[in-house]
Amino acid sequence: MQLDFTQPLDYWWALLPEIILCVFGMIVLIAGVTRSSLEEEDGDPSFSHGAHLGWLALVGVLLAGIANGWLYGVQEVGDTSMIAVDGFRLFANWIFLVAAALTILISFAYVHRQRLQAGEFYSLILLASAGMMFMGGARDLIVIFLGLEVMSIAVYALTAFNRHDRKSAEAGLKYFLLGAFSTGFFLYGIALVYGASGSTNITVIGSSVSEGLASPGLLSVAIALLVIGFGFKVSAVPFHMWTPDVYEGAPAPVTAFMSASVKAAGFVALLRVFLVAFDASYATWYPIMWWLAAITMVGANLMALVQSNVKRMLAYSSIAHGGYLLVAVTAANQSAAAGLLFYLLIYTLMNIGAFAVLIGVARHSEEHMRVEDYSGFGWSRPVLGVVLTIFLLSLAGFPGTGGFIGKIYLLQGAADAELWYLSVILVLTTLISYWYYLRVAWFMWMKDSEAQDQHDLVQAPLPMQLALLATVAFILYTGFFPGVTIDLVNDSVHGLGNISELVPGFME
Amino acid sequence: MSGAYLPLLLLFGVSILNAVGMVVTSHILNPRRDTPQKLMPYESGMIPLGSTRQRFSVKFYMVAISFIVFDLETIFLIPWAVQVRELGWSVFVAVSLFVVVLAVGLVYEWKKGGLEWG
Repeated sequence: MQLDFTQPLDYWWALLPEIILCVFGMIVLIAGVTRSSLEEEDGDPSFSHGAHLGWLALVGVLLAGIANGWLYGVQEVGDTSMIAVDGFRLFANWIFLVAAALTILISFAYVHRQRLQAGEFYSLILLASAGMMFMGGARDLIVIFLGLEVMSIAVYALTAFNRHDRKSAEAGLKYFLLGAFSTGFFLYGIALVYGASGSTNITVIGSSVSEGLASPGLLSVAIALLVIGFGFKVSAVPFHMWTPDVYEGAPAPVTAFMSASVKAAGFVALLRVFLVAFDASYATWYPIMWWLAAITMVGANLMALVQSNVKRMLAYSSIAHGGYLLVAVTAANQSAAAGLLFYLLIYTLMNIGAFAVLIGVARHSEEHMRVEDYSGFGWSRPVLGVVLTIFLLSLAGFPGTGGFIGKIYLLQGAADAELWYLSVILVLTTLISYWYYLRVAWFMWMKDSEAQDQHDLVQAPLPMQLALLATVAFILYTGFFPGVTIDLVNDSVHGLGNISELVPGFME
Repeated sequence: MSGAYLPLLLLFGVSILNAVGMVVTSHILNPRRDTPQKLMPYESGMIPLGSTRQRFSVKFYMVAISFIVFDLETIFLIPWAVQVRELGWSVFVAVSLFVVVLAVGLVYEWKKGGLEWG
């Protein structure tokens, strides 16, 4: 099937996964208020208190996944449509859909024990994912902006979702104010790009920039503003101030969702904009990205070292992973783009997995988050202990896990672009990160429990077990047999704009 | 081109000058004799009772939010309605979907009790 975007109808086909998610978002929302939510107080979290809404949302994600798979058989005519139908978008959609499904699976226990309003919760996750998919597929800065807003507003609400928790409200307000502020920068950047190039379409901007039609001064300011806007969303270091507080205050499943897929959406859109639209002005943004990547990796890893709260440690760890991904953006070549997609997928899985165990350990609310709460955890709950250890090792980048292959791939991209200093920083900061990941593992296996019954109340209902099984299996599978996934990401970035020639010079 | 906007700039300048001038001139010219009565906050000639910072019921905000949503709906609908024949059926479908999405929001608000005032 061919999609010719002069027909408005063809946009419906091109946006099928997004439309399905939005429709299911609304269905779940309405189902949440029409079905009586006065169910028994203490049932099995997998099947009571709004669990039917969770399963309904999962059906939506599944259908959107089928539609996404169907889009592989569709060709688009031309490359100036508002929405792209290319491998890059479809692979990004897989990341968002997997993240949404895993987040829903790990939320059952949390929604149940916190008595959250399940309809709104799951529907906001679906709508946020739809926004991310718009960002990943957009070939127009206005569509990126729309997707960004759909995603952000849903996630602001999710952050403040736990009304019994003051910290959640505080985090929501902080995120909202700073997010709105950064959106202002982003929008101003779009306006200046339009002023410089006369279009908001990424492909058209790309050709106007490479033909030298866009005024360079205006373009530089626009690029700087867009970097600030994206920098907030992916929490690169000078713009990361909101991240630890928001990630710590938000409900744990939401933190997992934010740190994985909101970040992924930011990176996917960032890569497409900078590789396709600003390809020809690589020399302008290359030094900015270089420094962002360097200070993000160093700063975040050093700050993560001193955290005693595991959730906050994972927040800093997610900033640090953003730094590794910025190395790929700086490299801006074929293998780096493929590496970015690969790493985003692996990172999504291992990060949500780690948060799933964290939700299980934090029994009633956001308590039991200290490292000491994990002492002896491995011996009293061996299965969960082994699973969490695998996630931590993968986050640290140990051989035999997907995280290791991902980092190798990022280094490959950096080496192809001859970014030697950045590669060295990446390796050294990874070594630093071993300390804070393995510290948790050390408490789990090398320390005795503080009390005999310390880990008896740890919950891991059926949906969470499903999520853990799937993530662990995939991380180990890609750790030992990365070939299939690597072929897929290589195909996915094929034809994504013209990838930059290496610009020699800065610092190398 | 810039000449066309010159009157606008002049108007802008004069209005700012006028506003600032009135405040500054009266501040310079008028005699100040402060008495305790004059320094009191003015509330309809009465001595103020209680704090001015009162908490409003959250219902007022609900009404305000609903108003903004449907207010924006008219802003989108009127330009479409003016051009409805030229725009054709695909835009009609798009606008209908927009209204349906808003209706879903209204159903949600209704069921949730957002419209109840009791």
